[in-house]
Amino acid sequence: MELLGIITTGIGVLFLLLGNFGILRLPDVYNRIQAGTKCTTFGTFFTIIGIGIIQPEWFWKCLLIAVFVLVTNPISSHAIARASKKSGVPLCDRSVVDQTEAFEKRKEI
Amino acid sequence: MNEIIFIVFLGLVVGGILLSLIRMLIGPTASDRAVAVDTITTTTVALLVLLAFVFKRYIYLDVSLVYSLLAFVGLCAIARFMEKGF
Repeated sequence: MELLGIITTGIGVLFLLLGNFGILRLPDVYNRIQAGTKCTTFGTFFTIIGIGIIQPEWFWKCLLIAVFVLVTNPISSHAIARASKKSGVPLCDRSVVDQTEAFEKRKEI
Repeated sequence: MNEIIFIVFLGLVVGGILLSLIRMLIGPTASDRAVAVDTITTTTVALLVLLAFVFKRYIYLDVSLVYSLLAFVGLCAIARFMEKGF
């Protein structure tokens, strides 16, 4: 049981480290939002659930924290992405497609 | 043995926070800094739960729950301010 918890916590910590590394390395605001949100949500969920598996008296409060992070983290990152698109932050020059321009053009007609 | 494993885990998480802190210091626009702060707060929640297990303090779980709630409200306020101003 304790080995399972340590393995789960290790997976979570590895994903947290990779997400923060992506924040440093990726070229664009939107790529950074993608790396930061996905890896950090997964890593935080698995770290907290792993601690709850190791210490079974804490499991329900750990599950509460994990579900709260799982619900609120995509909302805040979506708000930041929408705000940075509306305030005119450009995409990087290696981007292939931007579908928000077509959507705004269709809305003007 | 277990203490060594958890000290290594704490070191990895703190190293990740330092990597995001570099991006928060050199970020070209305000959105980069906001994204870095978002990642730092979510990583700090996991760090607080790890510290609660290492120090055997149950109260740190409450601290991490309140910290995640306040970070969510603060980031929504920052996003609304960047979108159109108050």
